[in-house]
Amino acid sequence: MEEHDIICTGCPKGCQVTIKTEGDKITDIYGYECPTGKEYAINEFKNPTRILPTTVKVEGGEFPLVPVKTAAPIPKSDLIKAMNFIAEKTVKAPIEIGDILIENILNTGVDVVATRNIKKESEV
Amino acid sequence: MTKHKMVVVGAGPAGLAAALEASKNGIDDIIILERDKYLGGILPQCIHNGFGLEYFGEELTGPEYADRFMRDIDQAGIEVLTETMVLNINQDKLITALNKTKGVLKIKAETIILAMGCRERTREKIQIPGDRPAGILSAGTAQRYTNIEGFIPGKEVMILGSGDIGLIMARRMKLEGADVKAVLEIMPFSSGLVRNKVQCLDDFDIPLKLQHTITRIEGKKRLKRVEISKVDKDFNPIKGTQKWINCDTLLLSVGLIPENELSKAMNLKLHPATGGVYVNENRETELKGVYACGNVLHVHDLVDWVSEEAEIAGRSAAEYLNKNQEKRDLPIKITPNKNLTYTVPQKIEYKFKDKKFIKIYLRVEKPMENVKIVFSHNEKSMLSYDKKIVMPGEMVTVNLPVALIKNNMEEIKLSIVEKVGEKNGRT
Amino acid sequence: MMRIIIIGAGVIGTAIARELSRYEIDIVLLEKTADVANGTSKANSGIIHAGYNADFDTLKGKLNVKSNPVFDKLCADLKVPFKRIGSYVVGFNEQDLKELKKKKENGEKNGLDDLEIIGQKQLISQEPNINKKAKYALYAPGAAIISPYELTIAYANNAVINGVQLLLNTEVNDLISDDGQIKGVKTNQGEIKGDFVINAAGLYSDKIARMAEDNFKIKPRKGEYHLFDKEYGDLVNHILFPMPTKKSKGILVLPTVHGNILIGPNANTIDDKDDLSTTSKGLNKVLNGAKRLIPEIPEKGVITSFSGLRAALSSEDFHIDFSENLVGLINIIGIQSPGLSSAPAISDMVVEMFKNYSLRENYELQLKKDFKEKNSKLPHYYEYEDKGKLDDWQKIVEKHEDYGEIICRCEHVSRGEIIDAINAPVPAQTIDAIKRRTRASSGRCQAGFCGPRLLQILADQLNIDPLEVSKKGSGSQILRARSKQLILEKIKEDKRAGDQ
Repeated sequence: MEEHDIICTGCPKGCQVTIKTEGDKITDIYGYECPTGKEYAINEFKNPTRILPTTVKVEGGEFPLVPVKTAAPIPKSDLIKAMNFIAEKTVKAPIEIGDILIENILNTGVDVVATRNIKKESEV
Repeated sequence: MTKHKMVVVGAGPAGLAAALEASKNGIDDIIILERDKYLGGILPQCIHNGFGLEYFGEELTGPEYADRFMRDIDQAGIEVLTETMVLNINQDKLITALNKTKGVLKIKAETIILAMGCRERTREKIQIPGDRPAGILSAGTAQRYTNIEGFIPGKEVMILGSGDIGLIMARRMKLEGADVKAVLEIMPFSSGLVRNKVQCLDDFDIPLKLQHTITRIEGKKRLKRVEISKVDKDFNPIKGTQKWINCDTLLLSVGLIPENELSKAMNLKLHPATGGVYVNENRETELKGVYACGNVLHVHDLVDWVSEEAEIAGRSAAEYLNKNQEKRDLPIKITPNKNLTYTVPQKIEYKFKDKKFIKIYLRVEKPMENVKIVFSHNEKSMLSYDKKIVMPGEMVTVNLPVALIKNNMEEIKLSIVEKVGEKNGRT
Repeated sequence: MMRIIIIGAGVIGTAIARELSRYEIDIVLLEKTADVANGTSKANSGIIHAGYNADFDTLKGKLNVKSNPVFDKLCADLKVPFKRIGSYVVGFNEQDLKELKKKKENGEKNGLDDLEIIGQKQLISQEPNINKKAKYALYAPGAAIISPYELTIAYANNAVINGVQLLLNTEVNDLISDDGQIKGVKTNQGEIKGDFVINAAGLYSDKIARMAEDNFKIKPRKGEYHLFDKEYGDLVNHILFPMPTKKSKGILVLPTVHGNILIGPNANTIDDKDDLSTTSKGLNKVLNGAKRLIPEIPEKGVITSFSGLRAALSSEDFHIDFSENLVGLINIIGIQSPGLSSAPAISDMVVEMFKNYSLRENYELQLKKDFKEKNSKLPHYYEYEDKGKLDDWQKIVEKHEDYGEIICRCEHVSRGEIIDAINAPVPAQTIDAIKRRTRASSGRCQAGFCGPRLLQILADQLNIDPLEVSKKGSGSQILRARSKQLILEKIKEDKRAGDQ
C-alpha cells in the first residue's frame, strides 16, 4: 500500500489531497474540500501534465529569442526532454503569434507555438 | 511645445488599456510615451501562462496578452512614441521627455494617465551586508536577460523571496539548465500562487525554506556563497541557525515599488501602504485631470485587473475631457478597517450617473479563512461578502452597489472578519 | 628622457602623475585593478577638510591647509563637481565647547581666519533637522564636498591627455635595482624600466616599500557608509561632524555633490586589505551615530551601503619621503584623512622632491609648452536639467542622437554620456567604471533597469562578447552563458558519459 500527497492548485486553499494505492488501483482518496480537488488530484496522480513555456533561438530577428509554449499540456515527465529538443532548434524571423514552430513535439501530439511577433531585423 | 488631449505615460498593460478605453469613449488626440523599444511593458518577458483568464476567458502568456491590446492600439490609430523617456511632469501638466530622434520633447497635456508600473526592491534596500560582487540581481532583471536578451545570468542560483516572480524564475532558470538550490522566504507562508509553488518548485524538487533569509553575502568578484539564517516571528535571525550555501547567483524577489518619481515631481503625496498616489473612484489623483492606474498605483497580482482598472482611468479621463462629470456635494472617504492593509480607491468624489456599482480593490494583512468582507457606515453594516479564503498575496475586489450609497455619507469603512460560529481548518 | 614610474592610480598617484606631466618627462602610471580610483579613493566621505583638525606640525595639518584653497580652480579646470558648503563640528555640552575652542585655536595656528563658534540658536536655524540637544558648533566655511573618484578620474584623464601612459591591470611584484639604485619594476605584465619610482600604492604601499626593505606596516581600518535617496537631500545643508576622537573624525552626516545624503564612517581595524564587505554591526553603528546628529534619519531612505579602508600607519601621520635603502624611490604611505583634501599639496611636495633629485642627477626638468591645464567638458543631461537648459541639450541631441536616449532612468543618464565615458582618455571598461563616471546604475534601482542596457553598450563599444562584460574587472563577469548553452553542454556531457 502506497500513499501519495498531491497539493491541489484549483484555488488558493491548496488542499493537500492524499491518494492511497495498491499496485495500480486507487483504494482511497481524501483531503479535498471540493469536487475540483478530487478530480484534480486523480488526474495529477494518474497523468500529471504541464504546459511548457520557454523560448526558442531566432535567426535574423529583431530579438534573439521568441517566447513559445506548448499549445496544450504535455506529460510532466517530458518537460526536460522537451527543453533539450527545443535547445537545439533555431527558427527564422519573421514569426507570428500562433505559428507552429515545432510540430508534435516528442510525439505528444502537441505543437510548440510562438507567443510573440518577431519582425525581421532588417525591417525594424 | 506640442499639445495633446491625453498623454499616457507607459505602454504596458495599464497604459495600453487606458488609452484604448479613452479612444472608445471618443477621445481622438492621445499619445502614449514608452521608454522601451517595444510595447507591452513587463509582459513580453513574462513568457509563462496565467494571464487573461478573467479578462479574456482564456489562459494566455504575457506576450500574448500584450499583443491583444497592441493590435487594438494599432487598429485604433493611437500614436505611440517608443524609446521616449518622460523625465519630468509639473503641476501645469507640462511633460518633459527625451526621444532619440526628436530630442527634448515638451508636451502640454489636458489629461495625463500615469501608468509607469513599478521597479524591484534591491539588495541594498533590504541591507544584506557583505561583499558587492557580480551575480546579484533582481528576479525581473534576470528574467529580462533570460527571456529577451538571450543570456543565462547564473549557473548555481539561490532565490530570496517566494512571491510569484521568485517562483517563476526558479523554474525558468532550472529549465534553462541552471542548478537552483533553494527559494528562501522570510514569512511563514509563501505569497505566491499555490499553482506556482507546485509547478515551479515541487515539480523540480527545489526546496522552499520558509522563515529564512540571507544574512551575509560573500564573493569579492563574483558571488561565491550566501549565509542563510532561520528567523523568528519578528524576522530576527536566530543564532546558531546560520548556514553557508555555495552559489554564483542570487536572485532577489523581495517586493515591488511603484515607480512614482514623476508623481512626486507633481507634488502628489504617496499613500504609505500602496506606495502609489491617492485616487478617487475614477482613478483621478489629487491633481484634476491626472489619473493613475496599474502597478504605479498599487501593485497588482493579476494583469486582468490592471486592464480593468486602467479602463476606469481611461473612461474617466474621457468623461473629464467631454465635460461629462459632476462632483458629489461631499466626498466619501473609504477607510480600511480591521485586517486590511489598504483599499483603492481611497475616496468617492463623483455622482454616479449610470454607474451600477463601484469596484473596490483591497489587500488583507494576513491569510484568513471563512471570512466576511463588510461595508459599514456609522457602525451599521451596509453589505457583506463571504470569502472562503483570503491572502495578502492575492488582491481582492468587491463591488459596492451605488444604490446603497446615500447622499449624506462621508465615510464608508471596510473590514474583514472571521465568520462567527463556523469551524475553521480542514476537514 | 628620464622615466618615472608611479605605482597606484588612486587620487594621490593620479594627482602626482598630472602635476609631473607638466614637465618633459616620460611617465608611466601603473594600476593593478581594472580602473583608476579603485581603492580608498572610491570609498570615503568625499570631504575637502577646512584644515583645523590636524596639528600644524604634522604633514597632515600642513598639507591640508595648503591644498584647501586650490580646489576651486582645480575643479573648474578638471571639470569636477565641487561645492564649498562649510562644516559644523557639533557639541552637546560645556566639555565639548572646551574641545571646540581648542580645535578653533589649532585651526587658527594653521592659518585659518574664518572659523567661528556658534550657539544653539544659530545652529538650529542653519540646520533645522539637527538634534535639538546640540548646543554648540565649530563652523568652518572652508570645508567642501567633492566626488573623490570623479576627481581621481579627472586627474587621470588630464595626465593621459598630457602624455602619461596609464597601464591598468598591471600589478608590481618587485622592484628592480642595481647597486642601490632603482632601475625599474617587475609586474604581472612584464618588466618596466624606470629611473624613478613613486610608491603611491595606498593600502599596499607598505608592501611596495618592503620590496626596498623600507619597513612599514599598514593596518587597514574599515569605515562603512549608507547613502540615502536624493529625496532626502535637504536633510542637512552643511557637513556635520560629531566631536572627534583620537582615532577618527566620527560618524558624519553630509550632502554629496550629486544631492544624496551620506552617513558614516565607523572605524574598525581589520586584517584583510581586500575586505570591503559591509557588516550588520557596522551599518547599525553608522545609523545610530548619524541619529545622534540628525534624529530623524529615515532608514527607509537608504539606497546603497558600502565600505572603504583607511590605510592607517601607526604614526598616524602621512609618510612622504625618499626610501632609506634605494635611491630613486619615494614612498607615500599612510594617506588616510585628510589625504583626499591634501592631494594637491602632496603632489606639489612630491614634484619638488623629484625636482631636487633630478637636479642632483644633472637632469634638466623642462616645462611642457603645450600642457593642457583643462579637461574638456563632457555633456551630462542631469546638469542641463538642473540648470533648466534643456534647449541647449536639444542642440546636443541634434548633433548626435545618442544623447537623446536615456539609459539610466533613475539618474537621467543618456547613451551619449556612457559612450563618452567608454571612449575617454582613461576609458571606462566595466559597469562600475561607467557608474563612477556617469552615475548610471547608482540610483534607487541599482541597475535593475539600466543593467542590461549598459552591458550591451559596453559589448558594442569595446567590441567584445557580452559574456565578457564585467562589473569590476576580470572574474566579475555579469553573465554566465548564452541562452540554451547550459542545456546543450549537459546534453553533450550526458552523451559522452553514455558513450563510455
